[in-house]
Amino acid sequence: MELLVAIAIAALSGSGIWLLLRPRTYQVIIGLSLLSYAVNIFIFSMGRLRVGAPPLVEPGVVPDPSQFADPVPQALVLTAIVISFAMTALFLVVLLASRGLTGTDHVDGREPEE
Amino acid sequence: MTDWLQHLIVMPILLPLLTAGLMLLLDERNRIVKATLNLLSTSALLAIAIALVVTADSSDHAGGVTVYLLGNWPPPIAIVLVLDRLAALMLLVTSILALCALLFSLARWHAAGPHFHPLFQLLLMGVNGAFLTGDLFNLFVFFEVMLAASYGLALHGSGRVRVRASLHYIAFNLATAMLFLIGVSMIYGVTGTLNMAHLATRIPLVEPESRVLLEIGAAVLGIAFLVKAGMWPLSFWLPTTYAAACAPVAAMFAILSKVGIYVLLRLWLLLFGTEAGASAFLGSHWLLAGGLMTVLFGSVGALASQDLRRLAGFSILVSSGTLLSVMAIGREGVTSGALFYLVSSTLALGAFFLLIELLERDRDPGADILAVTIEAFGLSEMDEPEEEQEVGVVIPATMALLGVSFVACALIIAGLPPLSGFIAKFAILTAMFNLGDAARVPLEVWLLLIMIVGSGIAALIAVTRAGIRTFWTPFELTVPRIGVIEMLPVAMLLLACLAMTIQAGPIMRYMRATATTLHAPHGYVNDVLTASPLEAGSAIGQGRTAP
Repeated sequence: MELLVAIAIAALSGSGIWLLLRPRTYQVIIGLSLLSYAVNIFIFSMGRLRVGAPPLVEPGVVPDPSQFADPVPQALVLTAIVISFAMTALFLVVLLASRGLTGTDHVDGREPEE
Repeated sequence: MTDWLQHLIVMPILLPLLTAGLMLLLDERNRIVKATLNLLSTSALLAIAIALVVTADSSDHAGGVTVYLLGNWPPPIAIVLVLDRLAALMLLVTSILALCALLFSLARWHAAGPHFHPLFQLLLMGVNGAFLTGDLFNLFVFFEVMLAASYGLALHGSGRVRVRASLHYIAFNLATAMLFLIGVSMIYGVTGTLNMAHLATRIPLVEPESRVLLEIGAAVLGIAFLVKAGMWPLSFWLPTTYAAACAPVAAMFAILSKVGIYVLLRLWLLLFGTEAGASAFLGSHWLLAGGLMTVLFGSVGALASQDLRRLAGFSILVSSGTLLSVMAIGREGVTSGALFYLVSSTLALGAFFLLIELLERDRDPGADILAVTIEAFGLSEMDEPEEEQEVGVVIPATMALLGVSFVACALIIAGLPPLSGFIAKFAILTAMFNLGDAARVPLEVWLLLIMIVGSGIAALIAVTRAGIRTFWTPFELTVPRIGVIEMLPVAMLLLACLAMTIQAGPIMRYMRATATTLHAPHGYVNDVLTASPLEAGSAIGQGRTAP
């Protein structure tokens, strides 16, 4: 389980960073999305990986913390997902505006001279 | 404290949020209504900020901290808002700058594109929230609110240059947001808390084997703030973006880089100050070296700038670099001087960005690009005066006013007497040489001395050269037509700096008190952790001040 999650984070962030450094805007935005998935899983794993443990306490019962998953990282991930989704949408608009204004999808707004 | 006054802390966040929401409901054509709303809200924020500074300064117990518990939960669980002297000071600087930038924008810029006013208010909400929050993850949320609004404002007015600069700006800051999240979650993974005060008590207790993880987390988090503050080599986006943004927005951006500085100052001294045990003053060498390199990069950039806007952008870097490297000394007296410098340079750079727009208004856009080249090759410049119809009252003696303002900006940025820039640098240097035993002055202090004096000279040369080119050399001087409403904000900002010079005594006392509490964070920690929620029965109250 730990290995699987670690490999997933590594693969996502590795390809994310590679794409982020590419010269085309579309590659950059996909890179940023992959990177944000990697970060989301990373946040999740920082609350320790647990299987079959609920994050919610039943009312009226005195809880034993060792029986539960940590709810805080889950809440953080939720917020992070919303924010990164909004930012991706916004970046997409800027990307399209840049494509329209400069006529190229190069991140510098002009084709490199060969 | 009366009942309504304790809710005043949350107002710098709620008021801009509600105003922005209200403005979004209005039709875009109701520009006058929106401008009025924006003006009302920003003025109210200034009044609130003044009230909060008074509140923060008059609380005389150890931490000088007022705590507001959102949702009335007990402290380590609740998300808290914390008001201390530093936060109140930053709120005040933000609101002064915001009011001036807004007034300036009313002359023409606010009409250059849709949704200027709501974005402006949301930017204020994000900045104020970042100053007030006492919780790491909440800090992330407010950072994102601030950045999202700043993306919109950087694009305000559209056009090729802005879109291209914003593309880099947004991509860079989105990647930085990832680092922020990684840092926050690593710190949470090790310590199990996100409350800043709670973290400060947990960090000295972290076991040695987890300490590496904690320090890596803190370093990654630090990088996120250093990008915002513009430390070399993370700052290549900054001059381009600031130069491309329209003038009132660029003036507001002057505070954005100070948000990064603020957070570093707060978190570094709180979490890794003298009380942090094995991790005390983590990374101070990096801060010092990074700050010095930033000043060097900024000064060289400013000297090489062919364009006044880029010059202002690089001056922001110099200001950030000075603050970072001075901060790294980690002593009370030095920090209080740095705070004075922070306020004075922010206001002056804000005024400088506004002033540049006025100066360049009627000039040939290509002239700037050629400016330095012309000098180098001895070419003569050809001016093509353009007539432009302006709105508002045109003031007499425009050039004289502009010239005086320009000189004042130059004096503050370069740190020459008699204005506040000099007092700030003088305070920093005096404090550094009085650190301890007078016989042996450490190497860092000499480095910082060279840096402060050298960057002052570089700034002086760069700004003076630009001034000579703007005011003296043009063969046929075209006087820009400038309305009162555009000159007023510049004058207000410079007068604020002048007031800082005249009232330097009381202001330095405030800064010293701020620095004392920053360097002794146990008062802050105690106040935050002992704040107790209100009893269930008590009417509307949701928060409570610390005893």
